[in-house]
Amino acid sequence: MCLAIPAKVMNIDGSKANVDFGQGVLREVNVTLVDAKVGDYVLVHAGYAIQVIEEKEALETLSLWNSILEATPE
Amino acid sequence: MTENLKFRNPEMAQNIAAKIKGLAPKAGKTKICHVCGTHEWTITHYGLRSLLPEDVEVIAGPGCPVCIVPAAEIDEAVQLAQMGIVVTCFGDVLRVPGSKMSLLEAKAAGADVRIVYAVSDAVEMAKHEPQKQFVFFAVGFETTAPSTAVEALGNPPKNLSFLVSHRLIPPAMELLLGVGDLQIDGFIAPGHVSAIIGLKPYELFPRVYRMPTVVAGFEPIDVLMAIYMIVKQQSEGTAKLENEYPRVVKPEGNPKALEMMNKAFTVTGGNWRGIGRLPDSALQLRESLTDYDARLKYGVHVEQGKDILLGCECHLVIIGKIKPDQCPMFLKACTPEKPVGACMVSSEGTCRVWAKNVAIQA
Repeated sequence: MCLAIPAKVMNIDGSKANVDFGQGVLREVNVTLVDAKVGDYVLVHAGYAIQVIEEKEALETLSLWNSILEATPE
Repeated sequence: MTENLKFRNPEMAQNIAAKIKGLAPKAGKTKICHVCGTHEWTITHYGLRSLLPEDVEVIAGPGCPVCIVPAAEIDEAVQLAQMGIVVTCFGDVLRVPGSKMSLLEAKAAGADVRIVYAVSDAVEMAKHEPQKQFVFFAVGFETTAPSTAVEALGNPPKNLSFLVSHRLIPPAMELLLGVGDLQIDGFIAPGHVSAIIGLKPYELFPRVYRMPTVVAGFEPIDVLMAIYMIVKQQSEGTAKLENEYPRVVKPEGNPKALEMMNKAFTVTGGNWRGIGRLPDSALQLRESLTDYDARLKYGVHVEQGKDILLGCECHLVIIGKIKPDQCPMFLKACTPEKPVGACMVSSEGTCRVWAKNVAIQA
């Protein structure tokens, strides 16, 4: 099951955090596996945050791809 | 995240598709294999194959952790349920056929089988019902195994134990390279498994097997980009390991998760439904956690089960030898409502993904 959904960390209490999946859908997830801060986006899989999503990386990836695609055709 | 929408941009998709078309003549016939049910979902749902030139093919390997659980291990779960133990599992697992019955059929016959969304749910249930015995049927690849580890190491209640059926992806990828007539030219590696294990476990594929390998995310642009990167490597005659998903996959993976997995489990040989035994491909609870090992606690072990029913071709689908619509039962005797094989049961199963996402010609 690779299905994992990004969510924003709203508050943390020990190993549990309340995260926002968008449109105010808040769920409690376990954050033992990540070093997340409030405001971070995390990837949630079956109730556990498995990685912090780097928003900066996401934007850099998109701009990198755009430059690849704009480059001289093969 | 609004960024996700940018990873679904149709213009960008067309752009990448054009680039792939441009490279195709130089790359020649390219067969790319992925090993993740969610990748097959993205590919099928967004119709990505229709964007690819004829010479670029993408096939689905054994990327469904529920589909590859051997019937013998379903039988073990059924046995536990019939012993009066509360068996908890993820939703998909419920309808997977065992040798005689599925957990759902056992439930219909009176066993207490409950769906959970997270391992922690099973822990909470066990705490709230101390008079009952609970088992969590732990199925899944490396994306899921760390959460089992978290709970197994977190001093779970004594009335809970784990029936561990976790499997590891890289050994399955290696197996596919040994299937002679498959002729794979490159791998798309699963993004969320990789979020845990990092890039190192895939190094042998370019290094030893000269296999271009790209770790990909799950948005349609992610997958198209990964296909482009592999076709580009093919056209240049290179074989590299590349990461298309750096926003989630770090080269070192998730060290905390890996440490907990290592603390909770040892790696052993495991049986894969439809494939057989793969060395170093399964997880087993460590000696320090034997009190929580359901097989040892209740003396339950089924050696051999009936993996594939007569007429079912799941064993060919899961190694990418045939497509779902090449199985004579597909959407005839075997449908999402009345599945015959595991590939049609699980939401990550190739057959179910096709059945639910491909338009049927009336």
